Amino acid sequence: MSLVLKKVGEVQKMLNEKDKVFQNLHGFQEPFLEGALKRGSWSNTKEILSKDQNDIIELVKSSQLRGRGGAGFSTGLKWSFMPKNTGKQHYLVVNADESEPGTCKDREIIRNDPHTLVEGCLIASYAIQATKCYIYIRGEYHYEYVQLEKAIEEAYERGFIGKNACGSGFDFDLYVHRGAGAYICGEETALLESLEGKKGQPRLKPPFPAGVGLYGMPTTINNVESIAVVPTILRRGPDWFKSIGAENNTGTKIFCISGNVNKPCTIEEEMGIPLKELVEKHCDGVEGGWDNLKAIVPGGSSTPMLPKNICESVLMNFDDLKANGSGLGTAGVIVVNKNNDIAEVIERFAHFYKHESCGQCTPCREGTGWMHRMMQRLVRGEISPEQIELLENVTKQVEGHTICALGDAAAWPIQGLIKNFKSELISKYNKKLKAS
Amino acid sequence: MSGNHPGLSNNFSRSGEKFSWSKDNLRSIKNIISKYPKGREQSAVMPLLYLAQEQNNNWISIECIETIAETLNMPKIRVTEVASFYSMYNTRPVGENLVQICRTSPCWLRGSNKITKTICKETKCEINDTSDDNKFTVVEVECLGACSNGPMIQINNDFFEDLDEESTKKIIDNIKEGKPNVIGSQKGRRSSENA
Repeated sequence: MSLVLKKVGEVQKMLNEKDKVFQNLHGFQEPFLEGALKRGSWSNTKEILSKDQNDIIELVKSSQLRGRGGAGFSTGLKWSFMPKNTGKQHYLVVNADESEPGTCKDREIIRNDPHTLVEGCLIASYAIQATKCYIYIRGEYHYEYVQLEKAIEEAYERGFIGKNACGSGFDFDLYVHRGAGAYICGEETALLESLEGKKGQPRLKPPFPAGVGLYGMPTTINNVESIAVVPTILRRGPDWFKSIGAENNTGTKIFCISGNVNKPCTIEEEMGIPLKELVEKHCDGVEGGWDNLKAIVPGGSSTPMLPKNICESVLMNFDDLKANGSGLGTAGVIVVNKNNDIAEVIERFAHFYKHESCGQCTPCREGTGWMHRMMQRLVRGEISPEQIELLENVTKQVEGHTICALGDAAAWPIQGLIKNFKSELISKYNKKLKAS
Repeated sequence: MSGNHPGLSNNFSRSGEKFSWSKDNLRSIKNIISKYPKGREQSAVMPLLYLAQEQNNNWISIECIETIAETLNMPKIRVTEVASFYSMYNTRPVGENLVQICRTSPCWLRGSNKITKTICKETKCEINDTSDDNKFTVVEVECLGACSNGPMIQINNDFFEDLDEESTKKIIDNIKEGKPNVIGSQKGRRSSENA
């Protein structure tokens, strides 16, 4: 039977309870081993580990799983870039430095269903011939760190990981490393620097981590959610995963909805659920009703906002959001209603990026500060139409001129604001002018 | 720059007392270093900074840095660099309860300004201040990663979520009176489910 995938843009049904990968996302069941075994974790890991490593990579590739950390790159393809049989120590590094404003999904996986991640680490490490894996968790997640350490201890005790993991003959060690409050360490090479005990400043690429990564060894870096869905994909098969969502935008996805909705929540849904449905059905709508909607930031603070008319019909997947001038990013949906000043929302993001710039590249170090000061004036209605154009121009000079994407991430929200609400910003200036 | 809390100065200072590891920490250090490959002991600098901070009343003095540098055989400047780059290492003394208020847009949209006001009033602290009785230090921070539960604050290791002015006041009152607080959601949510 050949599977016919839905095209991006086709309206989809609501996700079945049984198709949820994270059965304990909200922690109503036991989070640790006892509960995890009931939910199917570790049920046939030995069998999975008896497959050829390349076969596992092919299966993940064919599931069309795309990385859940923001960039949306094919996870299986990323794994295939790892060199084979080098005789060197390979590493898997899991990025749990969840810090993108609007994003709180990995937190729920780690504190409520940590064994999905631990098992995923084992399988992914096996596939890329890594006998060691580090999970880099953001420092503020202290409780989550304790939960994760407990789950890892359980897995060691039961022989699921460690020497001869699950009786497969594969030796595997898993460690947790805590960050200490630097957003930039979510950038993969900054994370590696941090893990090596240095300031978290991104590295130039190439060389890419698959060739020269942690301690100079071949390394793959994946997001928590990308790794934690792998065991279920291998258990239920790539065709099951592909049957959810649409072509190249497959599977389930955890969405975090925050801001001006009646009931903010984090929820696993089908990739490609309409944004409006996500807000109306799962969050009981916008505060003050749908007509009170101003704009939505669909994928964490870095993604440009969408005005209401696009929010009416856009689907929450990589390709449809891209086609509409934004991106899925980390799927942190930030809803802004008309009771708040949209310019101040972006001014606060600008403050965030100024604070989090690592200081390595001049356009970002100086640009984020300058853009923030301009945004402060813009909020007060103190910048003229010409200066708004200047601001837009400067964002384009920061964008693409830095080692990592933080410069881009700082530029995009401002560009999105000016693109969608320019006339409003100008009338703010005129009003202020009149008043003085 | 990514670095310390605005206002928590990056100038390190001496406590005036020698810092040497407690027995428990010496054991932990051995364990921590074993997680990293031989010759890569520098990787342990972040966990060791945490240990030192915990042992040293929640801040990193120059003496702490000297001891860590010695333990890991690193130049002092490398340890200092790391301690000043990451915002969670306090480079000056802080009160018993470090209150961090999330100010980023998702929390702000749900009223983090009111939470800040309440906390400043109840602790009698301005932002970046420590109260006279040394019970509280209050700072505003960037996104703490609990956006579906905003507005939220972190006090030492604990998250307090789904706050309003009343529940915030209650939390501070409880601390003042030495009473325990319920961590997490203050509206009875288990985590971030729709409720």
